[in-house]
Amino acid sequence: MRAFNARTDLHLNRRSFLRASAAAAGGLLVSFYLDLPALAQEGNPPPKVYPPDAFVRVGPDGRIVISINRLEFGQGVSTGLPMIVADEMDADWSQVQAELAPAADVYRDPLFGIQMTGGSASIANSFQQYRELGARTRAMLVAAAADRWSVAPNQCRTANSVVYGPGNRSTRYAELAEDAARKPVPDKVRLKNPSDFKIIGKPVRRLDGAAKCDGSQKFGLDFDLPGMKIAVVARPPVFGGRVKGFDDKEARGIAGVRDVFEIPLAKGTGVAVVAERFWAAKQARDRLKVEWDLSGVERPDTSELRSRYKKLARTAGKAAVSRGDEKAMGRIPAASRIVAEYEFPYLAHAAMEPLNATIRFDGDRAEAWIPTQFQTLDQAAIGAILGLKPEQVALHTEYAGGAFGRRGSVDLDVPRETAAVAKAVRGTPIKLVWTREDDMQGGRYRPMFVHRVEVGIGKDDMPAAWKHVVVGQSFMIGSGNPFEPFLVKDGVDVLTVEGTADTRYSIPNFHVSAHHPTVNVPVLAWRSVGYTHNSFVMETLIDELAVRAKTDPIAYRLKLLDPGARKQRAVLTLLQQQSGWRNKLPRGHAVGIACSQYHDTAVACAVDVSIVDKRPRIHRATVAIDCGLAVNPLSVESQVQGGLGFGLSQLMANGAITLKDGQVEQSNFNDFRPPYIADAPVAIDVHIVPSAEAPTGAGEPPVPVISPAVVNALARLTGKRYRSLPLVSL
Amino acid sequence: MTAYQLNVNGQRRDVNVDPSTPLLWVLREELRMTGTKYGCGISACGACTVHFGGAATRSCVLPVSAVGDRPVVTIEAIGRDPVGRAVQGAWVERDVVQCGYCQSGQIMSAVALLKAKPDPTDANIEEAMGGNLCRCATYVRIREAIRNASKQLK
Repeated sequence: MRAFNARTDLHLNRRSFLRASAAAAGGLLVSFYLDLPALAQEGNPPPKVYPPDAFVRVGPDGRIVISINRLEFGQGVSTGLPMIVADEMDADWSQVQAELAPAADVYRDPLFGIQMTGGSASIANSFQQYRELGARTRAMLVAAAADRWSVAPNQCRTANSVVYGPGNRSTRYAELAEDAARKPVPDKVRLKNPSDFKIIGKPVRRLDGAAKCDGSQKFGLDFDLPGMKIAVVARPPVFGGRVKGFDDKEARGIAGVRDVFEIPLAKGTGVAVVAERFWAAKQARDRLKVEWDLSGVERPDTSELRSRYKKLARTAGKAAVSRGDEKAMGRIPAASRIVAEYEFPYLAHAAMEPLNATIRFDGDRAEAWIPTQFQTLDQAAIGAILGLKPEQVALHTEYAGGAFGRRGSVDLDVPRETAAVAKAVRGTPIKLVWTREDDMQGGRYRPMFVHRVEVGIGKDDMPAAWKHVVVGQSFMIGSGNPFEPFLVKDGVDVLTVEGTADTRYSIPNFHVSAHHPTVNVPVLAWRSVGYTHNSFVMETLIDELAVRAKTDPIAYRLKLLDPGARKQRAVLTLLQQQSGWRNKLPRGHAVGIACSQYHDTAVACAVDVSIVDKRPRIHRATVAIDCGLAVNPLSVESQVQGGLGFGLSQLMANGAITLKDGQVEQSNFNDFRPPYIADAPVAIDVHIVPSAEAPTGAGEPPVPVISPAVVNALARLTGKRYRSLPLVSL
Repeated sequence: MTAYQLNVNGQRRDVNVDPSTPLLWVLREELRMTGTKYGCGISACGACTVHFGGAATRSCVLPVSAVGDRPVVTIEAIGRDPVGRAVQGAWVERDVVQCGYCQSGQIMSAVALLKAKPDPTDANIEEAMGGNLCRCATYVRIREAIRNASKQLK
């Protein structure tokens, strides 16, 4: 538990220091430098085109620009982090702006050690960091004012971007910015008492709201440079296939086509078409005649994989959890045992903005503009391809039209492909665009899984023994990703069993194991990762047990949860209070419940479901969440509402990626259909557990609860249990 | 390449492109108006929605050769229209957007709906917005914002 103290005297960590310097345009700039091995700031002059390494910039015009050390891809971090700084520095919120920071060591996640966006950790891991930045900035502004007035800093107070001193004196931050920039950065600074927060904890609308409603917000795909060309790549029909030869005569005949050449891909090779415009590039790509070498390339077939996985699931895998007596199951009579087998398909992220990256390579340096979850890893990967050091690659973070994990692929496929094209056309800026079809068929899916669970029910109607085998690919094992050593334990990838292995239900004899077959389909994290399937299994089985016990599903869960599962208890209790509608459902409707804890955030959900046109119709969802302090409750509500909609993806009738003879069978939103407006809940009311504890994240935790809640309701309507996803028929 | 004279946001715009080029790419790459988004290219997601002759239209499958002189209105200019302004205002007020990529299309579809049906039912909303995909699933707030805009326009 990361709790933050009401009043904290901060001593700077020995390994970190702050540096203040005058910004080029005049004004105050506060940077937070971490003394990490790869940093070596002194040795490297900042590249010419970089904005200064800064978190807070107070302009002479009063504008306050906060640098965001993350990707903004919808989760609202470019509003949440500025709220934190602005509150501690007593800034005038109407003057605050956000800017996505470029790749630089200074912007590494303070806990994870690399610059990244994921794990719902942006606010959680940077809360303290951004509070300190705000408090230090304020202290420097106050010091400047105190000097000017020849008073002591403690005689001054601040509000709304103004310093007030004795005798009705006041000065705006804007007028103090230049003086403040020359003040030493205080090594001790006092943070606010949370009861004094003016912005943190209040519902605040997004800073990017208006720009995203009038078309002016630029995303990666909108990026443009003089002389920029568009690249589209023909990729092999099977992952890892290689170009044997190609005929580009017709392709080169398309007006605007500038070049056609082979490039290495993360797996195999492809043919890149470079053209003046996207349409020309795509027309040409479609006219390429490529002969592919698929020899020695495994051609997976999902129906074959399913049988293979099911067979594997009947044998114990590598142990993830072994608690209690493995023989306990044998002592439970057969009539009190449930054996359940679950199937989960590959899932595409299918973010609205197709994948893209822009790179200009000038021989001795490069510049990149990418909507990415892994700035510094991309920077290094691009550098490696171009023969440059990471610091010779200036990487700018572009706004992303969603990502859900896909813009943080472990093999960094998008930046690497783009670098390969940019290298071949040195001097020409290249924007690589993946078409929707490329994106849908491009792999890096949520892996396919099979679970086989045997539950032995005790005389008290509670699970007494639980044997659980998970079968599915690991995208961590052998990836070389910096997180691999932490996430792979004794051959088990934690990300495949999370949601089961870490359950807080008290099950005395509990055995979870995993098989990680190797399959020629690149896989990846998909918003809420292992919980997407594990929580589904747990929450549908627990529901089944509650029904057998003829007990209310919320009461059953509360009884089964460990007494220490404080947050899950809190959300279930709040859900119970807020879902009074459960007792007065119209005929033909049923309620479904689910609860899950993703890392340190708990979510519980009740849905009101009926069946319309043979599909679930979700009339209402009531959700309770405990994410610690909700920095922006309006944003937490967004993430819950959106997370539910995203989680429904795996219930959609056409919600699976399948492969036949190595080829992905779906290609676009006509055959891989995520939820549209009529598929999503008609209304969602969100209830936040009041908390003064440290924030724990809200982007992923709501995702896992919705699909088990919906099928639990369906089970009440049809008497069937739904264990095979997607939900093709009821 | 063929020369076309288009009527975009009330202005005559001259472009010289291949006749098969979808209006979407003419807007984005020739006219540098990037508010209209590429999402699927097969009219399955609605991110590219513009008003064409007043009707909500998927610009990703409308070849420039079929545009003629019928007026095209995009997200960049919809705020000049009272209904457009009300919808954009309702969107901001209800903090609808998340990643925001689909929202140009959502707003263009919502404006067309409210022009045709100033007081839409839930069924009208689902029908008119039914082809606009939002992966962030901002749907609940989209419904609310449409109802709020409708009230405000009364």
